[in-house]
Formats: sequence, C-alpha cells, structure tokens
Amino acid sequence: MTVIEACDVSLTFQTADGPVHALKDVSLTIAPGDFVSFIGPSGCGKTTFLRTIAALETPTGGTLAVNGMTPEAARKARAYGYVFQAPGLYPWRTIAGNISLPLEIMGFSRSDRAQRIARVLDLVDLTGFGSKYPWQLSGGMQQRASIARALAFDADILLMDEPFGALDEIVRDRLNEALLDLWKKTGKTIGFVTHSIPEAVYLSTRIVVMSPRPGRITRVIDSPLPRDRPLEIRDTPEFIALAQQVREGLREGHSYD
Amino acid sequence: MTEASPTLAGRIMPVLTVLLAIVVIWYLAAVWMNAPWVRDQAARADAVLTTDDLVRQTLTLERPVLPAPHQVAAGLWDGITGQAITSKRSLVWHGWITLSATLAGFAIGTAAGILLAVGIVHNRAMDQSVMPWAVASQTVPILAIAPMVIVVMASAGVTGLLPKAIIAAWLSFFPVLVGMVKGLRTPDAMQLDLMHSWNASGSQRFWHLRLPNSLPYLFASLKVAIAAALVGTIVGELPAGATAGLGARLLSGSYYGQTVQIWAALFAAAILAAALVMLIGWIESLTLRRMGLAR
Repeated sequence: MTVIEACDVSLTFQTADGPVHALKDVSLTIAPGDFVSFIGPSGCGKTTFLRTIAALETPTGGTLAVNGMTPEAARKARAYGYVFQAPGLYPWRTIAGNISLPLEIMGFSRSDRAQRIARVLDLVDLTGFGSKYPWQLSGGMQQRASIARALAFDADILLMDEPFGALDEIVRDRLNEALLDLWKKTGKTIGFVTHSIPEAVYLSTRIVVMSPRPGRITRVIDSPLPRDRPLEIRDTPEFIALAQQVREGLREGHSYD
Repeated sequence: MTEASPTLAGRIMPVLTVLLAIVVIWYLAAVWMNAPWVRDQAARADAVLTTDDLVRQTLTLERPVLPAPHQVAAGLWDGITGQAITSKRSLVWHGWITLSATLAGFAIGTAAGILLAVGIVHNRAMDQSVMPWAVASQTVPILAIAPMVIVVMASAGVTGLLPKAIIAAWLSFFPVLVGMVKGLRTPDAMQLDLMHSWNASGSQRFWHLRLPNSLPYLFASLKVAIAAALVGTIVGELPAGATAGLGARLLSGSYYGQTVQIWAALFAAAILAAALVMLIGWIESLTLRRMGLAR
C-alpha cells in the first residue's frame, strides 16, 4: 500500500532561454504514515515535486499516483492539505474564520465546521485564539493556524513547503516538536520541503536528497531514529551520523558543477 | 510604524497660511482687474478718483470682472441660507438637482465599471477587447458627447435626471474599471494555489479572495469616480435648455454677466465635490480598518 507513487516523473518548463528541466526521472514511493523530507539547494525541484503531488503542476513525463489516483483526481477528492512558507491568512477573517474558509468552500455544515475548527485549534495548541485576527498573533502562531487550516478537512496527506522557513530558530524548534506531536496523534502522511539539515533529520522517517540541473533525487535515506523524538535526540551520535549522511548526499549532488 | 502625528494646530496652520495667501492675491487681482471699468466710469463722470475710492469701488461692483472674495462669500451664503430651498434662486435646490444626478450617475458608472472589470478578469475575449474601447471612450471630449446625449435622449422623451446621470456615468465608470481590474488581479500566486488546492470554483475564488482583496483599489477609484461624476453632471447641465442644477446656474450667470452668481455656483460645486470625496474616504477607512486592510 502506497500513498504516493512516482515513476520517472519529469517536468520541463519551456522558457525563453530554452527548456528548464525542473524534474528529471524522479521515482519515489511513500507509504502511509511516512514523514518524508525533501532537501536540496534551490532549483533542485523539491518544491516542484511537492507541487506535482498537489496537482499544482503537471508532469511532462512519467507517472504519478496519489492514493492510487491521478494527482488531479486526488486533489478533487481532498486528498491533501497544503501549507506554504507564508501563512496566507485573510486579514479580514478571524483565525476560526480562516480555518473555516476551506470548509465553507467544500460545503461542510455550520455545526460540523464549528466542531472541526475546535478540534484542529486544539491540535495546533491555539485553543482560545479562534476569535483573534491574524495580526494579533505572532508569526509562529499564524503558521500554526495555517497548519490547522490544512488539517481541518481531514486530508490523509499533509504537504508542507518550507513552512517554518521564515521563522527564527527558537520558534522553529518549538514548531518542529509540535509538528512531530501532531503527526503522532493524527498518523498523517507528511511531505516536507526544507533547506535545513537538522530539521530534515529531526522530523523525518525518510530523507530525500535532491540536486539541481536537472532536478533529481540523488539519495533516499531511511532514518533509523525512533518515532518518539525528544529535542535532545539531536545530540545523539545516531542523529549526527545521519546529518553527516545528508550532508554528503548534498555534496554529491553539487559535484556536477 | 506610525510617525508622530502633528498636533491639530500644526496641521491646520499650513492650510490657513495658504488660504490667507490665496485671499490676499485674490483681492489684489480683483482690484487690478476691475480698475479699468471703475476708471472708465470716473472719466465719463469727470470725477476725480482717489486710490481709496478706486479700491472701494472695485470691490463693490454689481457685475465685476472678478468679484472679491467677500462678494462671492456673500453670494454663496445668500444662495444657501437666504432663499427658500424650493426657490429657483437657492443653491441648495440647484445643488440637490446636481447631487441626485451625480449620485445616480456614480451608481451606474460604478456598477458598470465593476461588471466590466469582472468580465475582463474572467473572460479572455473581454480582456483583449474591452480595454481599448474603454480608453477610447475617455479620449472623446465629454463636452462633445454631452449635448448629443441630452438631445438624443430628449428626442426619445427622456429628460431630467437620467441623461445627466448617463454623462456622469460615462466619466465615472473608467477609474472604477481600471482600479478594479488591478484590484481583482492582486491576489498572489500562493493565495490562488491555496484556493486551487481546496478545489474552489471560480465564483468561490471571486467572492472569497478576489473581491475582498480588490476593495482598497476600489475605494481609491471611487474617490476619483465621484468627483468625475460631479463634473459630468455639471457638463450635462450646460447644454441649452437646462434650467436646474449648478451647471445651469453657471450658464445663466454667464448669460447675464452675473459673475458673483457664477463664482458662488462654482464654489458650491467645489464644496459638494469635497464633501463627497470625504464621505467616501470616511467609508473607506471604516471598511478597510474593519477588514484589517488599512495601510
């Protein structure tokens, strides 16, 4: 049973300067409940690959299945929630109103919406902030609200594109911990794009190392770390060895240029 | 973020200074421009004219070339408070005629501008075809269009408010159209991607994202549009036959050389325009603050 199955996925953008190979022959399978991080330098196609899963981009070659369907069908079946780098909350809606937005669009009833909003606010530890406006919350809290919004309609897959990239180290640590907690509680399959080696190693069950020109996977590392991970695990030899492996993978990708 | 806001006195002083300078220049100009007539009259009557007499007479003429500020103020005051508001000499009555047509034209123009903008943003064919015509419509002098609209509609039996409102709408739809096209296109790619990921329909995208995002642009346009609507209405009142409205008041003033009346009507129009723009500004700040979009 796989949630995401990519086989030789390629995506070429036609630009004025000629074709750009954003993805070339990317093959990967992701099992239910996996936490998969995509790491690599800019231009390696990690975001593009996440977007093809979300049917925000269409591959120009290969096959890609999400929950056994085409990405387009999976999107229509609300298979995933997507979290961007910026929270993207509407300033004219309260936090609860923002979380309610996708539910309204999808046609959930009023009482169902209220119930779901309360549940996801609790999941991201924002209970009591539902009636606040986005500007009344810190950046980290806003991002948690945007994660709650992505969780509200019960998609099995959570796709996160550098969700904590704009936040400072201390807030990021706390949110990483909270994200692991949330993952444990909900059992979602998570695709997570990041620039940060420690973040990728700390969070993931599998780390996909990618490299640019053309965007491709250079290494897939299965994490030997247990699923229960206190922050202190980052000081263990296993963690450091894993980070070392990721770093080597990144260096390998760079040897081309 | 907010700069230290100047005190009330600090804000009003510069305005008063400029106002004072304008009044002084105006008085000097009035004396200078009315002096030839006064000298002429004195010469005919073989009277000796002292400087004192000259100044006094130039500022109290019945039909001056340029009326002095206090004459205009008196004319304005008399027009507003000195007449029954049902009288044809009341600026309130004329102002209401103009205001009602302005508001009607503004409403038509705003609705047309928004609808065209929605069409342009959502329909490729309209995107490529409407804008050149909209621009062309604004390059035709309104002074040429207005009489035609009045005459054509009068021959169809339509007179009064509607023809003027059409002319006002002609001028006011354009800023709304331009502002709304820009405003409806402001949502960034990420917001649109989010909507796409939720499988939102076109109308959901419009009501939940594009329309609320466009409101700051809409309000900026509305301020231009309402001033333009007022100009359009007054121009619509100028063609022969109009007997009501500030435009008609301007015209009859110029027929009979009643310069004080012209200036009083002119100031009434300016005050009306300022009040309308301020009203929209007030609604704007109230709405945008409530929406968290205030900048």
